[in-house]
Amino acid sequence: MAMDTLRPCGDFRSSYGADQTIFTTRLTLAFLIGGIALLALAPLFLSNYFLSLLIQIGYLGIAALGLNILVGFSGQISIGHAVFYGFGGFASVFLAEHGVPVPIAIVLAGLWTTAVGLLFGIPAARVKGLYLAIATLAAQFILQDFFVRAEWFTGGTHGAIAPPFEIFGYDMSGDQRYFYVVLVFVVVMYLFATNLMRTRDGRALIAVRDHYLSAEMMGVNLTKYRTMAFGISSFYAGIGGALYAHYIGYMSVEGLDILFSIQFLAMIIIGGLGSVMGSLLGTIFMVLLPEMTGALASALQGSAIDKALHLKDGITYMREMLIGAVIILFLIFEPDGLAHRWRQIKAYWKLYPFSY
Amino acid sequence: MTFQLLLQLTINGLIIGTLYGVVGMCFVLIYKASQVVNFAQGEFLLIGAWTCWWLLTYWQIPFFWGFLVSLAFMMLFGLALQIVVLRPLIGEPVISVIMVTIGLSIFFQALMKWMFGTFAQPFPPIFSVQKVDVFGLQVQTAYLMSTGVSLAIMAGFAWFFKYSRMGLAMRATAFNQQVAQSLGISVRQVFALSWGISAAVSAVAGVVVGIVNGVSSALSFFGIKVFPAVILGGLDSVLGAVVGGLIIGLLENLAHYVDSQFLKWGNLYEIVPFYVLIIILMIKPYGLFGTRDIERV
Repeated sequence: MAMDTLRPCGDFRSSYGADQTIFTTRLTLAFLIGGIALLALAPLFLSNYFLSLLIQIGYLGIAALGLNILVGFSGQISIGHAVFYGFGGFASVFLAEHGVPVPIAIVLAGLWTTAVGLLFGIPAARVKGLYLAIATLAAQFILQDFFVRAEWFTGGTHGAIAPPFEIFGYDMSGDQRYFYVVLVFVVVMYLFATNLMRTRDGRALIAVRDHYLSAEMMGVNLTKYRTMAFGISSFYAGIGGALYAHYIGYMSVEGLDILFSIQFLAMIIIGGLGSVMGSLLGTIFMVLLPEMTGALASALQGSAIDKALHLKDGITYMREMLIGAVIILFLIFEPDGLAHRWRQIKAYWKLYPFSY
Repeated sequence: MTFQLLLQLTINGLIIGTLYGVVGMCFVLIYKASQVVNFAQGEFLLIGAWTCWWLLTYWQIPFFWGFLVSLAFMMLFGLALQIVVLRPLIGEPVISVIMVTIGLSIFFQALMKWMFGTFAQPFPPIFSVQKVDVFGLQVQTAYLMSTGVSLAIMAGFAWFFKYSRMGLAMRATAFNQQVAQSLGISVRQVFALSWGISAAVSAVAGVVVGIVNGVSSALSFFGIKVFPAVILGGLDSVLGAVVGGLIIGLLENLAHYVDSQFLKWGNLYEIVPFYVLIIILMIKPYGLFGTRDIERV
């Protein structure tokens, strides 16, 4: 009964393998494949605006997943994710300018960012918790400063033009085509992360998070896994940033500030720390939030509220405030994030008429 | 001329350093009393300075009274923040608490920008003399005042923790919460009060910087600059925060000197404290005066 369509109430798993499987029933697998197929059809009937939102969710979701591996799975907070994301973008553009084909440049940029992430992860070998948070804060400012200075690498304050994504001589730029590129990357990266958590290394990361002293006693090498988490997280950030650079066609220092790093943190807190699916849910939330505020502000245009608060001028600040507010509200009222909500909904339907 | 510049920068460094020291002390106060790393410290400066500015320009209140009212307001603000936002999070993991303060920081920074705009607003002139001659060097009156105020605050802190009843209660709580509670100290009161004091004292620093440079959202950067200072001094040492603040203040200005005279990289002084921060974390993570966490496995 390894692959039933529906699972009966209660736990009937009798082997470790059955407990670890990603798709517990055939239905979940079918849902996933169906969902991806449906998404693959999306460019046929969605407008460019919605496609660009989906693409945004895609590349930001990859980077957010990386941060979730670091913060949610290995328990180390990082306040400098945006610069690694930016580094990936710059590295990919740099490589592509030097003749590397773009698809390979994106992967290489990920690896390059991994190296940089490992470098800044060295303090992680010695310090933990809030000290590490402060070290990553320093990394944020140091790398941001580096981006402005290193003109050979980033084009300085002017930024760098990113060549379009081409594969086998076929141009993949434009929302309709680039959507598939991002979709492939998202599927591969999310499957990789889900599988990582089922391996020895993934379990070691979780052990380090839950109780590092016990983990060390059981033979988990703390230094190795803490730095490894930094490496993996930077790899994801780098890939996300590279995808962004080739989508926009331009990469600049602007916007890689600490607020962006905090937005990544907001994504994983809203989605749920330590949940692969939660990273995506949180990203969707954070991408739609500014759009929603924008829509709300234009809906209220001319009304009394608009006149009292000057919504049009204040919209950027309102968005920033909302980011801060959702972080605080989620941490106080729903610390496990949207993923937890989703699990509750699933549990409710599974037991539907009998809730207990 | 270069010597003159060096001397001027050293003085500036010391003055800025004492301000870093004061903000660092406030940061350490919260950390010691309630084990919260407060990323919203800079916003205390910002809100305090804007409040004072608003009272002075819109309501035309004399500086002295405006200053006192804004301090009282910040005290209440700090108390309210602890009770409403931080209290539900007692016992939550470090990550959640840090994230909440980051959230607060973003929220209030954006709110202040929304309410008062992004441009720096000058304070109405407070001193009749703008600059004073000290040993042939031009020093702004406001800076002199800031050093005086900072030293007074430091002395006040020393007295408060050594002799006052509440200060002793705070130290006891910082030492061991359970023992303090069993001795009849209200730990909740101590937590709330530490936030109140910290907010009010930070606001003093905010107003002082505001008088010199004008009030703008750049003030909140103080809250981030304070990290190198407190890490250098040791996160849980009040004395360390003062020493760390002075060193970082001096270092910044010396970096500025080296940069402008020899290297010509530009903007070096902004970034030097963070390199120092990384180096300290690598070689001596508990700082100069901090207590070491000893763990054996």
